[in-house]
Amino acid sequence: MRSRHGKLVVGIVLVSFVVFFGLFADLVSPHDPVRQNLGAKLMPPGSYERGFGWHLLGTDHFGRDILSRLIHGARVSLFITATAVVISGVLGTLVGLVSGFRGGRVDDLLMRITEVQLACPFILLALAVAAALRPSLRNTVIVLAVSGWVVYAKVVRSRVLSLRDSEFIVAARALGASGVRLVARHVLPSMLSTCIVLATVEAARMIILESALTFLGLGVQPPQASWGGMLRDGKLYISAAWWYTTFPGLAIMLTVLGINVVGDSLRDLLDPRLKV
Amino acid sequence: MRAYLFRRLVQSLYVVLGLSGLVFLILHLTGDPALVILPPYATAQEIAAFREKMGFNDPLYTQYLRFLGRALRGDFGASFLQGVPALTLILERMPATVELATAAIVFAVLLAVPAGMVAALRKDRLLDYASMLLALLGQSMPAFWLGLMLLMFFSVKLDLLPVSGRGTLAHLILPAVTLGSFVAARIARLTRSEMLEVLGQDFVRTARAKGLTELAVVAKHAFKNSLVPVVTIVALELGTILGGAVITETIFSWPGVGRLMVDSISERDFPVVQAGVFVIAVVFVAINLVVDVLYAYLDPRIRYT
Repeated sequence: MRSRHGKLVVGIVLVSFVVFFGLFADLVSPHDPVRQNLGAKLMPPGSYERGFGWHLLGTDHFGRDILSRLIHGARVSLFITATAVVISGVLGTLVGLVSGFRGGRVDDLLMRITEVQLACPFILLALAVAAALRPSLRNTVIVLAVSGWVVYAKVVRSRVLSLRDSEFIVAARALGASGVRLVARHVLPSMLSTCIVLATVEAARMIILESALTFLGLGVQPPQASWGGMLRDGKLYISAAWWYTTFPGLAIMLTVLGINVVGDSLRDLLDPRLKV
Repeated sequence: MRAYLFRRLVQSLYVVLGLSGLVFLILHLTGDPALVILPPYATAQEIAAFREKMGFNDPLYTQYLRFLGRALRGDFGASFLQGVPALTLILERMPATVELATAAIVFAVLLAVPAGMVAALRKDRLLDYASMLLALLGQSMPAFWLGLMLLMFFSVKLDLLPVSGRGTLAHLILPAVTLGSFVAARIARLTRSEMLEVLGQDFVRTARAKGLTELAVVAKHAFKNSLVPVVTIVALELGTILGGAVITETIFSWPGVGRLMVDSISERDFPVVQAGVFVIAVVFVAINLVVDVLYAYLDPRIRYT
């Protein structure tokens, strides 16, 4: 038990660290993330730019400070991920509730839709949407949200089916609780922990997906600083500037690691039977 | 069994139909397909004539049925850029992607299955912790970043392996390792948990009780029984492999379907995108169908519900 909590603490510390930088990017970032100086391009980590200041993690091909761009990139990644997780979570939970309680044709139709989506590799969906709507921050959120709702719908539906006839629900019904009250007061709270665990797993997945989409040029567009975008540009200078591709990847990895560790320990604590 | 087979077939048809709708919508979500296809200097008259000719003025469902009819015959129209049928372009690139995906799966299985097995056999010991820590790190790492790091180290720094392209075995190594690492961590973790479950079963205890060596118990009894779920996991991860191929091919300039699609999107070559999404999705659905049926056939305990 002690080691589990230890793990959880490590994860939470890692995640809060990134969230802190994301939230207060403007305050903690050492320099302006879009300030260019072609005279100071591709400087290695720990360089000093005369008349300007230190570049702890070096500079990119426009002479922009990599650390500052990483910090502002955290904000973009976290914003996209959080929004997409919330949208897909709410949407998927609603679908799962309706599907489970209504049953019949509505259920059939909704489950067919989830099957179609599960049968389609995510990246294809993303490619299709990106092709149709043109890449942008908003569309990245849409793609991720659309890719994520299925998981919640499936899990929530199966929970509803097993809860529907359980004694406390039957009792609440017998006491005359309305459908909405039933769901809000009895069904939802009993599956909250499951949804929280799912949301953590999804958040980790989405950070990687967002960076992958942006890396392919289908996500967040320049000049906005984002981790995937930095990797994309850094790849062009891979032989000249190792720091350019190394640090953004490390940032993604530490963030996802933190979320994964939190997710793992939350699952062990709250819902050990859940397989994700 | 026959009823199950039938139901799975019908289900796959549903899925393909649904996907065709998605593919159809790609072009129509852009707003006005005529404006996308025609060059920007086209006059209003030319645009109107083109709309009429292509049937863009018909109701959407008529257009969809027409699209579906053509798609089933493999006709997605000609590539805007190259003028050849889009499907031909996709099929030409297929072997490269299949080669890469196969190599990646082989690599992932050879790395992850033994790692998961060893971790299970040495549960709560150093080897278990080490391999599971590695799996956790692997799961948290964007695999395409690992690809970039490998590229930087082995191709740029050490100059051991080619940076990009396809041809020799040396060209295949880095892309296969990169793509394999998309799924290796997951396979390792699941193999470990499957193996642990099997090791706790009665028949393993019986095998031990009748005095078999540990090697015989593991190799003959436990290993075989944990294989079926592992095979399923690998099959389930095919979607990830196909998706990862898109990114891996872009990093290493591997001439496969994925890179062709990314290029086609940035050039707004819609027939190629549509053909690509459709072909990959159908391949994926077909593989899933075969795996499910095989699985049901191999493991008699599976209920055909």
